[in-house]
Amino acid sequence: MTGPLDEVFRREAGRCTATLIRVLGDIDLAEDAVAEAFAIAAEQWPKTGTPPNPGGWITTTARNRAIDWLRRDSTRSERHLAAHRLRIDSMEPDHNPELDRLDDFVDVVADDQLRLMFLCAHPALAADAQVGLILRLLAGLSMGEIATAFLVPEATMAQRIVRAKRKLHDNHASYRVPGAGELPDRLHAVLSAIYLIYTEGHTATSGQTLTRTDLSTEAIRLGRTLAELMPGEPEAIGLLALMLLSESRRAARVTADGTMVRLTDQDRTRWDRTLISEGHELVRACLRRNQPGPFQIQAAIAAVHADAPTAETTDWSQIIALYDQLCALRPSPVAALNRSVAIAELHGPAEGLGALAEIDPAALQNYQPYHAARADLLARAGRRDEAVAAYDRAIELTTNTIERDFLARQRAAL
Amino acid sequence: MPQYLISVWHDDTYETDFSTPDAQRRAAQVAAFNEELMQAGAWVFAAGLQPASSATVVRSSGGEVSMTDGPYAETKEQMGGFWVIEAPDLDAALAWAGKAAAASGETIEVRPAQG
Repeated sequence: MTGPLDEVFRREAGRCTATLIRVLGDIDLAEDAVAEAFAIAAEQWPKTGTPPNPGGWITTTARNRAIDWLRRDSTRSERHLAAHRLRIDSMEPDHNPELDRLDDFVDVVADDQLRLMFLCAHPALAADAQVGLILRLLAGLSMGEIATAFLVPEATMAQRIVRAKRKLHDNHASYRVPGAGELPDRLHAVLSAIYLIYTEGHTATSGQTLTRTDLSTEAIRLGRTLAELMPGEPEAIGLLALMLLSESRRAARVTADGTMVRLTDQDRTRWDRTLISEGHELVRACLRRNQPGPFQIQAAIAAVHADAPTAETTDWSQIIALYDQLCALRPSPVAALNRSVAIAELHGPAEGLGALAEIDPAALQNYQPYHAARADLLARAGRRDEAVAAYDRAIELTTNTIERDFLARQRAAL
Repeated sequence: MPQYLISVWHDDTYETDFSTPDAQRRAAQVAAFNEELMQAGAWVFAAGLQPASSATVVRSSGGEVSMTDGPYAETKEQMGGFWVIEAPDLDAALAWAGKAAAASGETIEVRPAQG
């Protein structure tokens, strides 16, 4: 697909799929029908021109095609209408849709995309399955594209996604937006899955290039959609702000020859001011609501970094205060690690190592950034032998070649 | 209405002395949870099981039935009891499972029944 259809696909595929899943109550059938509708569009639109409402055209065409399939193929229809349907909250638990009444359901509802986000990021699914489902169903990426992005064989990714869909079917997962009581936890799962897609694109966990822009772009696109769909949820806005502020540093993170540059050493004139001002505005907007959450606080931390014209002028005491708040709200060894690094910047490496020592090392023993940060602090504290050992452990855990080169250079400089 | 198996898992070395205050407290919690399931119409069946060492494995092959002493799964983790519940969907089943975990103080597995 190229040109206008490709654009329509990027913009509409997830929305159409989300609506078709509600209409048909079946993920696979919805996916097939939407793919078929785009194939028909690829054939017809060059002749007839792009319709005024391309998303509506795709949804209606996909719906009609699915009805044809169900009418023609009675086995499929029976199988489809049997027990393995997703449960739609607007239907009775054992309701089978009457095909003739499907017209009533075909309007694209904004809630459909939310339903699909909550379904894909269901906490009963493993994180890698959540991410795969989101990229497949909401971002419309092909199995091959997702597999490439995560550097796994296509068959592995396909199996992961098929298994996840099967689990949702077999467990009678509902297609609904969680109620107020469950919403905070369920929303956090959705936000975490999108952020995982972002960070995977930001620092590829393995491979030769440090950033995989496509994944970051998709994550930001999903984050924008979610923030639009849930304007009353400051955490959704916080996640978008966090991703935009991280993204603003992309050009400065790697030099022309592909060498990684630490935040403190980055050329800040290369930071993207447009992204920073959008991020700042979002951070201010959500902080005004005074319902702090982990993504808002992390966005605020990124905003403090973005505020500093040089690394030396960074307001570290503000950053430590924000990490204190983050650790109180949602304690995690990773947050505690980042807090230690901030303490080292303000009070020196010995203080930083002291804060680091308070974290249970077992929780972070396989976490590369822990060993990299510890190595750096040990080196700055003049504890050379321990620094070498920590660098060795960090290098051992690094699968990204650019990051590994960076650590090897740091180690060699000791 | 979909049915789910909510099973209780623990190491096979778990305490079988139910006279301790802790075990008494948990038994009371489980009884209250059972009552809540029944009130909600979610109850189908439930049972606590004797230790896995009391199990016998039975196989049938070519008309011959053979028996072996001990549980089928030779693992440390064994099922100690279960509920079969009815719930409208996965989220409702998981909510019951959360209550089961809190009441029993044990690890819980949720698995949908076929059909």
